[in-house]
Amino acid sequence: MFVLVEMVDTVRIPPWQFERKLNDSIAEELNKKLANKVMYNVGLCICLFDITKLEDAYVFPGDGASHTKVHFRYVVFHPFLDEILIGKIKGCSPEGVHVSLGFFDDILIPPESLQQPAKFDEAEQVWVWEYETEEGAHDLYMDTGEEIRFRVVDESFVDTSPTGPSSAEAMSSSEELPKKEAPYTLVGSISEPGLGLLSWWTSS
Amino acid sequence: MEVKDANSALLSNYEVFQLLTDLKEQRKESGKNKHSSGQQNLNTITYETLKYISKTPCRHQSPEIVREFLTAMKSHKLTKAEKLQLLNHRPMTAVEIQLMVEESEERLTEEQIEALLHTVTSILPAGPEAEQKKNTDDVTMDEEDPA
Repeated sequence: MFVLVEMVDTVRIPPWQFERKLNDSIAEELNKKLANKVMYNVGLCICLFDITKLEDAYVFPGDGASHTKVHFRYVVFHPFLDEILIGKIKGCSPEGVHVSLGFFDDILIPPESLQQPAKFDEAEQVWVWEYETEEGAHDLYMDTGEEIRFRVVDESFVDTSPTGPSSAEAMSSSEELPKKEAPYTLVGSISEPGLGLLSWWTSS
Repeated sequence: MEVKDANSALLSNYEVFQLLTDLKEQRKESGKNKHSSGQQNLNTITYETLKYISKTPCRHQSPEIVREFLTAMKSHKLTKAEKLQLLNHRPMTAVEIQLMVEESEERLTEEQIEALLHTVTSILPAGPEAEQKKNTDDVTMDEEDPA
């Protein structure tokens, strides 16, 4: 689920923090910059793992702060393809089942990846697995708050960096609200034996 | 900002749990600047991730348990990703093993799957719900005795 990513960056320490140990200031600045943020094509950054190398700190003319090039490793949430994860159902919509891990919310299981046959109950707004046995069909509901085991089948990164002024003008005239896109989404699947709500597969 | 290696190492849930718990202790000791607006993101992600991992069996693991688990796994010839999934999820049924191990029907016989399950459940400590269930099972057994 979590990977270590090696990165290099220049960290600016303002003069009023010079009394603190350099390592602590740098760790704080890196966490301030990256924690809980999604890096394009990397994943959701969690926290700093360690600092591997500090190069010389320079002070540039006009700016009293010191600039240090830092080589460090960061803990990033980036599940690999086909990894099995356990999350909680956040809700259901016609687009599929939305799952959340607490610290990461944008996971969708599209209708075609649900255990088949599945149907969407409009009245209760839940997806239902119509499980057939010899006795008849059981309707297994995918209720909100239930724990669900799923496989990661796809991921997509969207670059949400701000666009330039010219396109911003065009957007404000055509739409009232810019569409908020999640920078990192996962697509899951529960169409295999063992996947789906944990309660479906536990033998008591 | 430059990414030198986007996949330099895989981390188990236990390692991340340990790291975040230590970080939390350190920040609690240093005290005053936790609540500044810049640190809010770190607080949020640390809290949510710890909450998530605390509900999995990983919270009771230790470096010795992980080492013992990996040595025991050597004989089964599994890939790194498969061993990591077994370590993070602690499967208790053959169905879960089939999900985590690719092409398990071809690579493992039924006895090997049983042996694998036995190794996993004996070396890795159970999660909080399994322990609760064990306690209630023990209690019900005691109630039956006087009858």
